[in-house]
Amino acid sequence: MQYMLLIYGDETSLMDASPEDQATGAQAWVDYTQWLKDEGGHVAGDALHPTASATTLRFDADGKTLTTDGPFAETKEQLGGYYLLECDDLDQAIAAASRMPLRGGSVEIRPVAQFDAEGKPRMP
Amino acid sequence: MVDRLFREERGRAVATLIRILGDFDLAEDAVQEAFVQALRTWPERGLPDNPGAWITTTARNRAIDRLRRDRSLREKTETMTQLAELERLGGDETDVSAIPDDRLRLIFTCCHPALAMDARVALTLKTLGGLTTAEIARAFLVAETTMAQRLVRAKRKIRSAAIPYRVPPPELLPERTPGVLAVLYLVFNEGYAATSGPLVRLELCDEAIRLARIVAALMPDEPEAPGLLALMLLQHSRRETRVSASGVLVLLEDQDRARWDHDMIDEGLATLDRVLELRRPGSYQIQAAIAALHARAPRPEDTDWPQIAALYERLAERSPSPVIELNRAVAVAMADGPERGLPLVEAQAAQLDDYHLFHSARAELLRRLGRNDEALLAYRRALELSTNESVRAFLEHRIAELTG
Repeated sequence: MQYMLLIYGDETSLMDASPEDQATGAQAWVDYTQWLKDEGGHVAGDALHPTASATTLRFDADGKTLTTDGPFAETKEQLGGYYLLECDDLDQAIAAASRMPLRGGSVEIRPVAQFDAEGKPRMP
Repeated sequence: MVDRLFREERGRAVATLIRILGDFDLAEDAVQEAFVQALRTWPERGLPDNPGAWITTTARNRAIDRLRRDRSLREKTETMTQLAELERLGGDETDVSAIPDDRLRLIFTCCHPALAMDARVALTLKTLGGLTTAEIARAFLVAETTMAQRLVRAKRKIRSAAIPYRVPPPELLPERTPGVLAVLYLVFNEGYAATSGPLVRLELCDEAIRLARIVAALMPDEPEAPGLLALMLLQHSRRETRVSASGVLVLLEDQDRARWDHDMIDEGLATLDRVLELRRPGSYQIQAAIAALHARAPRPEDTDWPQIAALYERLAERSPSPVIELNRAVAVAMADGPERGLPLVEAQAAQLDDYHLFHSARAELLRRLGRNDEALLAYRRALELSTNESVRAFLEHRIAELTG
């Protein structure tokens, strides 16, 4: 069973941090990722550039697109990164997520949907 | 009769079948079919010696039929494993003690923090309690379709997010147990706060007590479980006297103590005494100790108010809240006089201005101090804020006394 951990936080507070704090912060994430790889069911994970670098495509009802600058929605907390984990159940995913070196922000845990070869949803 | 007995006993069968089948609906359907069979055969042939075992065995057989009939399931290895395990449950209808009691897993799953509070309550009452969707909807004043939707969504989330079906491991228990007890207490309070409502509300109290009994029995190392049970028993023992025949709220000091349920009080006190010996206090135990001091007083004037005030203080140290401070202030007023309690009550004004009990407590103390004009204003404010009919009738009474 795979879970996507979507990490949301206030990106301005991150960018305002002192270089020393940024360095300790980065090291904490490196350590955390290593722990995930050792015993947390790590499948994948990345940090994202700030929303200032985002581009959003909007689709109309006919499928035509409009390309715009900026994130999908202006929110107080922005998606800053993700991990993809392989876990036995939700409690394991919660336990792994709760070790993140976050001070403020939130993590949304979403089970990854699975489909068989014919595209039918497979229930766990 | 069949209905009541079945409800008492069905939880174990549901819990065990969910463990084996991993499917709430299939398990509940099988138990429902067993109920239909019980309705047909019990009145005719008499009650089985061990109804719990009968229900588990019969529901197990219905589940086996279902798995064998269903073509899409029949060939799966998962189904084979499930069938084998169902068959291992034991074939006779006499012994249920050999089957592990899975109800604790069930309640921890139903009360998982990843489910919304209203979903936890509904799911617990439906699966473990055996209330129908219609009954739960009525008790929480929502449409039956809304409640059905809530249950469907909760079960779907348990499945799609893989909320585990288990008692949490020891390191998680301290974090998860309070959540289970909170659900039970919420069910109880929902029944307790609306005494004048239809009977189904009283049924919520009974159901909460029944579930608390199960949890307390299954978690012998958790002192707060019997603490909560004792608290509920002691509060529920006063159910017949809390509202007058004409539907008006009756204050604790005016209740006819002879009509308190003394068997229930005895059980509550004994439960509390046993758990206090463990010397691992918690909020429910302290609240039960407060309720016990009321229960032990033969007359209102015998109440040990200084001790009650001290217990509220300990409660406030554990979980500070303006409502606890309000209760402590009232206890101080009863112990040392209204002039000592009133400033403590009024100290909570900023936090509790929207809370009817703040205004009625303040009004009561002002009335006792002879400050009738101020008391009248406070009673009127309390009346504005309260929705319960019995409470409103009481407040209107007080207002009439002061204006008359």
